[in-house]
Amino acid sequence: MFSKKIRKDSYGYIFILPFFIILATFIIYPILYSIAISFTKWDGSIIPPEFIGLNNYRRLVGDAFFLRSIRNTWIMWLGCIIPQMIFGLGLAVILSEKKLKGKGFFRWVYYLPNIVTMASVGTLVFFLINWPHGSINRMLMTFGIINEPYNFLQSTLAARATISITLWWMWFGYSMIIFMAGIKAIPEEYFEAARVDGANKWQIFWNITLPCLRPIILYQVVTSVIGGLTMFDVPYIVTEARGGPQTTTLTMVMYLYNTTFANYNFGYGATIGVGLFVLVMIFVAIAFKIINKNAAYD
Amino acid sequence: MDSSLVKEKKFIKDKTTQKNKAKLSNITLYIILMGLAVLTFLPFYIMMINATRTSNEIATQLNFLPGSALIDNYRRMRSAVDIWQGFKNSLIISISSTALAAYCGALTAYGFAKYKFKGNKVLFWVVLGTMMFPAQLGLIGFFRVCSALNLINNRLALILPAIANANLVFFVKLYIDAAVPNEVIESARIDGCSEFMIFNKIVIPMIIPSIATMSIFAFIQSWNNYLIPLVVLYDESKYTVPILTAMAKGVYRTDFGAVYVAVALSIVPIMIAFLFCSKYIIGGLTAGAVKE
Repeated sequence: MFSKKIRKDSYGYIFILPFFIILATFIIYPILYSIAISFTKWDGSIIPPEFIGLNNYRRLVGDAFFLRSIRNTWIMWLGCIIPQMIFGLGLAVILSEKKLKGKGFFRWVYYLPNIVTMASVGTLVFFLINWPHGSINRMLMTFGIINEPYNFLQSTLAARATISITLWWMWFGYSMIIFMAGIKAIPEEYFEAARVDGANKWQIFWNITLPCLRPIILYQVVTSVIGGLTMFDVPYIVTEARGGPQTTTLTMVMYLYNTTFANYNFGYGATIGVGLFVLVMIFVAIAFKIINKNAAYD
Repeated sequence: MDSSLVKEKKFIKDKTTQKNKAKLSNITLYIILMGLAVLTFLPFYIMMINATRTSNEIATQLNFLPGSALIDNYRRMRSAVDIWQGFKNSLIISISSTALAAYCGALTAYGFAKYKFKGNKVLFWVVLGTMMFPAQLGLIGFFRVCSALNLINNRLALILPAIANANLVFFVKLYIDAAVPNEVIESARIDGCSEFMIFNKIVIPMIIPSIATMSIFAFIQSWNNYLIPLVVLYDESKYTVPILTAMAKGVYRTDFGAVYVAVALSIVPIMIAFLFCSKYIIGGLTAGAVKE
């Protein structure tokens, strides 16, 4: 009986095997390989990689493009996540009121940009802001806001804002839906008790809704920063791979991709990948610390 | 008598002003919500309108009503970008990767949920850990593995890796923990079912809702993927819809009409699909994000 049980339990290994073969082949090994390649000079061809020690890393820490790509990525991410959280929260609170009609419609519209292909969104935005013929320029001129077409990719602020607003547009509906579910999970008695005590809507929001949603806000910030640090599709397509003007919208993954697959510098590309990896791990560690601290109070 | 009547009148009056106030704030709310809805939908609307306008009309005026150039635009687009081949490629890749991810993922989840083998907990932590790693981190190694396995310019390079879908494993395992009692499995064993038969015939039907929900997201993820196909595919006849759409941008430059048709073709099917299954998608989102 006992030995039979053991035999059954070892079926578990067979069941999880396909997953782990794929995981090892396409995720874990590539990461280890990239780390190994980061110590070499290699153009990706059949000529074997040449070991050059820490040279790539020495170059990385002093690489103005890399440091700038970190800054760019963070700035554009912040420009997206802050309004995304504010709109997501505000809309979730409004739409969670039971009396409102058309809730389903608003949810559908606000969430729609999130499931659309990012590459298509990038292409659409590229043509909407096109200079001088894009529809946004036509619109601003029709309404008399500007007199002549404005080149959005000519100014750092406008180019970064274009990327941030596009990403905000794609993600505020997602935040709204997650927050709505979070509000639904708050026990009704909390609100009831506050109302009995004569609290108004603002007081309820600041003292009950917001504190109860804190873990969800953290969850969203963490998942968003992992996505944000690896931002690629939209800035790559909108700025036509260049990250212009003057590489002020160049993101880390764009720099990695361009270095590796446009300039065939596989060794240094791998080093950029490791740098990116370390940055993500540092942030995930910080976020976990905050979440655990948070959980201790609950 | 008299004073109570006055009181009651005042009470009624208060109530109606309160009602009016609530109505007014509701109207303001609707205006804000509608305004944002219009703003959110506007880019899609302009896209659809521009797809029906000549390039000259798009470049020189603001269009809010459809024109008559859709067929012409479509023909010009078709002559340089084979978008239907792209749809075929995307469908092959997305459907097969979703099917594989769903079956292997459910199998993995079941293995973790119902078998107490040595290292179960540790390996499950490994699965959770990979949820933290974005695929881009090992991009160069991934490229190397694909060329070593002869998978460059091969759809399998986009299908096979989908099996390692940690999200799917995690949520299906939670579902199995809650929905599949051990007694069912035990009694099936006594009836002489093999372990694989138990999974295929008994467990899968019980956990189909969770597999379906997670499959929708696996499909969307595969369909929208841009970076990985950009790295591993170089034959135009194998390009997926996202790559072709982004490529159309370079091919046409100033032929706005044609490019808007290409973009619209890549977006409108998603909008229609979302119209029909928004309930499942939105429901699935919150199942994944909010711990009860």
